[in-house]
Amino acid sequence: MDSTTFVALLSSVLFTIGVLGVLLRRSALLIFMSVELMLNAANLAFVAFAHRWVQLDGQIFVFFVMAVAAAEVAVGLALIVTIFRTKRSTNVDDLAALKG
Amino acid sequence: MTPDLPILIVLGAVSIASALGLLLSRNAIYAALFLVLNFGVGAVIYLVLNAPFIAVVQVSVYAGAIMVLFLFVIMLLGAERLSPGENPPGISFQRPLAIALGGVLLGLALYALFVRQPPTTATALADSSPTAIGLSLFGPYLFPFEVVSILLLVAMVGAVVLTRNR
Repeated sequence: MDSTTFVALLSSVLFTIGVLGVLLRRSALLIFMSVELMLNAANLAFVAFAHRWVQLDGQIFVFFVMAVAAAEVAVGLALIVTIFRTKRSTNVDDLAALKG
Repeated sequence: MTPDLPILIVLGAVSIASALGLLLSRNAIYAALFLVLNFGVGAVIYLVLNAPFIAVVQVSVYAGAIMVLFLFVIMLLGAERLSPGENPPGISFQRPLAIALGGVLLGLALYALFVRQPPTTATALADSSPTAIGLSLFGPYLFPFEVVSILLLVAMVGAVVLTRNR
């Protein structure tokens, strides 16, 4: 096993843990952190394959992913704060106002 | 077997352990700190993989800015205590189902990794200094770079509008 394969393996394990976090946790903040974990796992795979193919483009893409993640965190946390003001809770099961 | 592999195995073990800590912790503050540890280990992995610029950006943007924002919001809302019985009784099948589906996802990823072997190449080191990254960002990637700057501006305005007190 070379280092690229190992990092790709690590990336898929971390991504799966992030998916489990989104599926299992009920706090909006924890779900959001798990999404960040999944983004980070994808970045690891990008850098690993950029290293393997001796290309810089993978690292450039990671840079853009990080910028988009920063924008996403700013808007997402603003949404969570606004929801907390009206519902007094960050539990996603309490947000059932659209349920028929 | 490459010389980097033992270092990567140790880093990977810490990385997976901190991700599991995020998944299982009962306190949102502890979960956020586990995620900071995970991002820090990720930065060291980037250094091993010959990506020093990405490693520094990872520490300053992810482990710095984004996680400080998370901790700030958790403490602002006072939402660090997570209820022990998180699942309401109606959807108790959710946990085993989620674990089974996660196992399927991991199996698919491993299948894609190990059954379809890519050809091996010579591992010469690319020039990944910040100079080379800057030349690439302001050369062929100039348009996406400008789009990202507009995206960040829109996100900033959106966050201000959403949290404004009316």
